Amino acid sequence: MKRKLLGVLLSTTMVAGMIAGCGSNSSAPATEAPAAEESASTEEAAAEETTEEASTEEAAEDATEETTEVAADEGKVLNIYAWNEEFKSRLTDHYKGYEEVDATHGKIGDVDVVWNITPSTDNAYQNNLDETLLKQADAADDDKIDLFLVEADYALKYVDTDYTMPMADLGITDADLSDQYTYTQSIVTDSNGKLKGSSWQACSAGLIYNREAAKEVLGTDDPDEVQAAVADWDKYVETAKKAEEAGYTMCSVNDTYRTYSNNVSGKWVQDGKLVIDDNLMNWVNDSKELVDAKAENTYDLWGDDWAKGKTPDGKIFCYFGPAWFFNFCLDADQDGTIANQGGWGYCVGPQSYFWGGTWICAATGTDNAGLVKDIILTMTTDKDVLKEIAQKDADCVNSKAVLAELASDDSGNLTLLGGQNPYAQLAEGAEKVDLSNLSAYDQGCNEEFQKAAKNYFEGNATLDEAMDMFKKAVVEKYPEVTAE
Amino acid sequence: MKKKSKVVSYNKWGYIFLIPFVVVYLVFQMIPLVSTVYNSFFENYRSGLTQIGPNFVGLKNYITIITNGDLPTYFKNTMIMWVMGFVPQIVLSLLLGAWFTDPSLKLKAQGFFKTVIYMPNLIMASAFSMLFFTLFANSGPINSLLIQLGIFKEAYQFMSHVWSVRSLVAFMNCVMWFGNTTILLMAGMMGIDPSLFEAAQVDGATATQIFYKITLPLLKPILIFVMITSLIGGLQMFDVPQILTNGTGDPVRSSMTLIMYLNKHLFSKNYGLAGALSVFMFIITGILSLIVFKFTASPEKK
Repeated sequence: MKRKLLGVLLSTTMVAGMIAGCGSNSSAPATEAPAAEESASTEEAAAEETTEEASTEEAAEDATEETTEVAADEGKVLNIYAWNEEFKSRLTDHYKGYEEVDATHGKIGDVDVVWNITPSTDNAYQNNLDETLLKQADAADDDKIDLFLVEADYALKYVDTDYTMPMADLGITDADLSDQYTYTQSIVTDSNGKLKGSSWQACSAGLIYNREAAKEVLGTDDPDEVQAAVADWDKYVETAKKAEEAGYTMCSVNDTYRTYSNNVSGKWVQDGKLVIDDNLMNWVNDSKELVDAKAENTYDLWGDDWAKGKTPDGKIFCYFGPAWFFNFCLDADQDGTIANQGGWGYCVGPQSYFWGGTWICAATGTDNAGLVKDIILTMTTDKDVLKEIAQKDADCVNSKAVLAELASDDSGNLTLLGGQNPYAQLAEGAEKVDLSNLSAYDQGCNEEFQKAAKNYFEGNATLDEAMDMFKKAVVEKYPEVTAE
Repeated sequence: MKKKSKVVSYNKWGYIFLIPFVVVYLVFQMIPLVSTVYNSFFENYRSGLTQIGPNFVGLKNYITIITNGDLPTYFKNTMIMWVMGFVPQIVLSLLLGAWFTDPSLKLKAQGFFKTVIYMPNLIMASAFSMLFFTLFANSGPINSLLIQLGIFKEAYQFMSHVWSVRSLVAFMNCVMWFGNTTILLMAGMMGIDPSLFEAAQVDGATATQIFYKITLPLLKPILIFVMITSLIGGLQMFDVPQILTNGTGDPVRSSMTLIMYLNKHLFSKNYGLAGALSVFMFIITGILSLIVFKFTASPEKK
């Protein structure tokens, strides 16, 4: 999706990574492993290490026990699977002890970190991950996946299998994760109620509007007043038509899709049958009305036509997006974009929803459980690190306390939003997200539903034809699912 | 005795020289073919990370493909796009071939032109269709050109209309392959005995008469070859429409080809259904090739 842009670049680095990934030195002295590991870990652990070193024989006995245990367990190579550079840059910037070696390699102490980055275009990331995970049990320790990243759309596909490790087995307790938003945990909870992943992001999303357009259409660019104008779908449609009269396009139908699809009343597949939720039909009907009125367009997300709205010439009223959209998608560092001039505003929009987000999962069979645990704890629960991430990368982090802190003063002001502090709204949105209706079929179904509906919007098919097309596509993708 | 020993048998060399072909054929053609047929009798796919099957289901996959009625639609799409691309391509190639092989025209810089017309074939089909995708986007250069020239008031959505997408695919195929076809046809034309042309000229035949009465009939074997290879290539049309429509074959799957449909099943590693579909394609290709061959070859036997 957003990762498409990096595709070409990453595939080259991936090949290099795969070739270089094989070399490792397993004959290094065993004692070095725990020392290096702990230096990269929390202060608490570091203090422990000091006591160990300066200890009496009695204490040394305990320490030796621990040392041998860790040394026997821990491998020298940490394999990380991801679909873009996002997590890598987070780790490079915010994880103490991580040294970058080259594009696909790093070092934490004497552990080699190997990045295996495959873009998610055409499902390539999942295909690659699937093949490697299926071979996980027979792979040599240094070739085993230790850590991999998943997106909400398909998290359950991995979480609901034995290929992911429960957080509890890593030694991460509920208390460690108590400051996180509930929805970020329900996404990665398997059907037995075991938590199997953790995220540093809370991707509550909202409506990012063009301040210039808002002034022209609504006479104000104040977030609260704009929010009032788009507070529910009826008002939204009204505003969209006003925007059309003023010469603006509200946004693409694909922008609003997530808002509807996150607020459904049931799962895509129930008892092996495909169910199209009423709220999705609302999306189809509302969107058709707006497309016919030329108030919305049907551009595909991330395409050239769609991206034009990032500049004033694009004449787009708004985008729908989460916090990662600010930093990742609005091209703030490019001259001439609205973001570059601080011309965007943020409000919650018609309904709370979330979009995307990256979860860290530990792969079953990992030989670096200690390091994996530390990475997960540092990156997703350490408040200092999370605040750093929010300020450096304009991200909405997964910590209620940190978001409250950011919202309370100027530390959360973003220049690309004209100095607006969106963290209060982001936090409010994150509280309201309900993801009980997520299923492993979400990515495939959402994708096909949008594609099929496009034919209806553009007048190439009747509603029934478009829905038939959708059902056909789902059955092709998921042969075990029936559709009427 | 003496006589016998002097005869050197070259028979074994025939077999030895055949080994590379036979090995390559077995590994890359025969084994995949047999395993495809074998796979087509099984229910065998992956749901998430769970493998379903392989379970023997007999002809169920074949029945599924016949009953869901998609095969004729996608076959029709494929053939429409192939014909739309092939007709202009063969006309263009015949014309260019005739010009290049006609000594009386004394065309200059032939080498240059022959290279240039072959160039598009060297570009990867995916890169080529990516280029067209960008060129014909709603805010792409073609649209802004047409608007500035005053031909259209607003951008024409090339990717949202059945015939514009099909035409683009056909056009790309034509551009990519006419150079190749021209070279094949030229080879055929140059193989015709020049004395026939001279005799016709002496008898007072016009250039048009020579083309229709001598060149075309004698070119028939090459034309049949070009037809059949292009037909098989056309049936396997995949990358151009796949990239141009982002894998959807939209609008309403009107530009989805048989192989794109086959590719859809690979998402879930559905080897059973994909195998059955491949067998159908194999049969269709065989039948069509036979028809083309019979149709074009039979009058010659008189």
